Amino acid sequence: MAGAAATGGSARSNTYASARNWLLLPSWAVLCIFVLAPVAMMLVYSFLTKEFRGGVIWEFTLAAYDQFFFDRGLFGDEPARIDWTYILIFWRSIWQAGLATLLALLIGFPTAYFIATRPARTRTVWVFLITIPYWVNLLIRTVSMKFLLRDQGPLNDFLLATGLIDDPIRIINTNAAVQIGLFYSYLPFMVLPIYASVERYNFALSEAAADLYASKWTTLRRIVIPSVRPGIIAGCILVFVPSLGAFLAPDLLGGAKNFMIGSLIEEQFKGNAGNWPFGAAASMILLTLVLVILMFLARQQARADREATP
Amino acid sequence: MPDTRNAIDVRNAVKRYGSFTALQSITLSIRDNEFFTLLGPSGCGKTTLLRMIAGFEDVTEGEIFLFGEEIENLPPHQRPVNTVFQNYALFPHMTIEENVMFGLEMRGSSRDAARKKACEMLELVQLTPFSARKPSQLSGGQQQRVALARALAPQPKVLLLDEPLSALDLKLRQAMRSELKSIQRETGITFTFVTHDQEEALTMSDRIAVMSAGRLQQLGEARDIYERPVNRFVADFIGETNLLDARLEAVDASVATCRLGNGLTLECDAIGNARPGADVHISIRPERMTLAAANGDPWRGTVKENIFVGTDVQTVVQLQGGIALTVRTQNSAAGVATILDPGTEVAITVEAGAARMLED
Repeated sequence: MAGAAATGGSARSNTYASARNWLLLPSWAVLCIFVLAPVAMMLVYSFLTKEFRGGVIWEFTLAAYDQFFFDRGLFGDEPARIDWTYILIFWRSIWQAGLATLLALLIGFPTAYFIATRPARTRTVWVFLITIPYWVNLLIRTVSMKFLLRDQGPLNDFLLATGLIDDPIRIINTNAAVQIGLFYSYLPFMVLPIYASVERYNFALSEAAADLYASKWTTLRRIVIPSVRPGIIAGCILVFVPSLGAFLAPDLLGGAKNFMIGSLIEEQFKGNAGNWPFGAAASMILLTLVLVILMFLARQQARADREATP
Repeated sequence: MPDTRNAIDVRNAVKRYGSFTALQSITLSIRDNEFFTLLGPSGCGKTTLLRMIAGFEDVTEGEIFLFGEEIENLPPHQRPVNTVFQNYALFPHMTIEENVMFGLEMRGSSRDAARKKACEMLELVQLTPFSARKPSQLSGGQQQRVALARALAPQPKVLLLDEPLSALDLKLRQAMRSELKSIQRETGITFTFVTHDQEEALTMSDRIAVMSAGRLQQLGEARDIYERPVNRFVADFIGETNLLDARLEAVDASVATCRLGNGLTLECDAIGNARPGADVHISIRPERMTLAAANGDPWRGTVKENIFVGTDVQTVVQLQGGIALTVRTQNSAAGVATILDPGTEVAITVEAGAARMLED
């Protein structure tokens, strides 16, 4: 009797195991069609020869990667020198994205903390307010931002009216404009994960720290921030990664001088002037870079998790 | 001017949340070196009072003194008192040792000095082998002891304990009671302990303040509060008792004669200024009455049921006039011999001095 029951139990768990594979099929299909296939396609294209009016010739070459890193002169017959043009664009993009992330963190953390410490009923209202801009398309919002930041735009008008400045300040087509654009575009991605962490934070810990003679600032630094670190890391990833590949804000607000990776890649696939293999190669380099950063952060996160729960 | 020898002096402390008054003018003193307990049901304001002493709640009105120094306007991190929190509130990202060192470092100790002191403290609570672990790797009882070590390490002038044992299981709770008491004696630090568990309060405290509905009901030593409750709430809340309605018949010197609803009379100590004819209440502890075979005595009734509770047997006796009394008989050979089957008539003897008259 007992044996029969045991057999029945294991048979059922086998049923579940096979059912699980079938049930996972849709998610695997989605992953394959929308993630793995496009990435694989890009990987393959990056090793193909370019066709001059866009498209590719199916012939293997490393030309795209060579073009990214090396300069062989106008006709390709000079000795290879490292070409800093694209590396600099990458470097500038990382710098811009890093700065935007930092800015978003500096503004986002207090915002998230503020929302999480409101009474439960008003919290949802604040979160709702944070997400409202997302009902409007990013392109439209970025164009509106351009209008706001113009030399004769509302921001300058306001600053002139208050007497803070005497002449309109030039914001549009500067790095600062790109910063503002990126910061504005991705701020909620910083606020929401940190908010989720702070909401789960046990405020008795802050009381305990104050009880043990820690000032408010020390409590924030030594107790609150380490406790909500997973949220901070998640927020930073969610702002940094899209900022790195962004092209709307740099294109519309930064002007021609403030070229970023996103714009560089976008141009390779636009119209007849493009270079598909080069665009694909630049994408693969960007992807590698992001993966390395993510793996580093994931490791940090895993360490933090291990510390919180053994 | 408050007495500087008192660890804590609370003067007319009031706490209001909007229109709700959580504490109504509390005045009490906690002596140096004593194990003081704030006892009451949930919502009586005991935790609020503790948090006001710690600095987590503003004092709406009144003053709080710590060894004669006014502290109610100081932020918590400037008050030389430490708290053991109900759910311990250990810092999850720090090791046990770092948790205990935290307060010491905040007070300006060097890392080495803090580590040395933390070591001593962990020894005191017998957790030395666990110093490198994280709080989540410890059992509830161990976490509780870490919280105690952490709060004791900076040598606070007063240690505040907010229901620290309520999350532990019964056996552990009983073991921690004696451990807490011995640590209090060993360190000589004034303990202010909040609990809703009257047994905990009775077994550990030097003095107990019984609170209810934001008011201080009675303050005294455990025995005093148990034997001489001042009102119905205290008599009922501390231990078990039989509460009976009565009328004060006569007061002769210090002896008051009270008549119950069924005509029986009892003598008890006269307290307060109740005049003959006043409605009063009588409290008689179940263990202060004995049963015997029925005789001619007017104090007799019918056994309704016997409830076995391990150490004792509780017998419910129905008297005439709808009065029921619970009598506790010790579960010993002599005691069990006096227990009678339900339905039989018994005589009840109330020990001299066992009846306590209460005015409200």
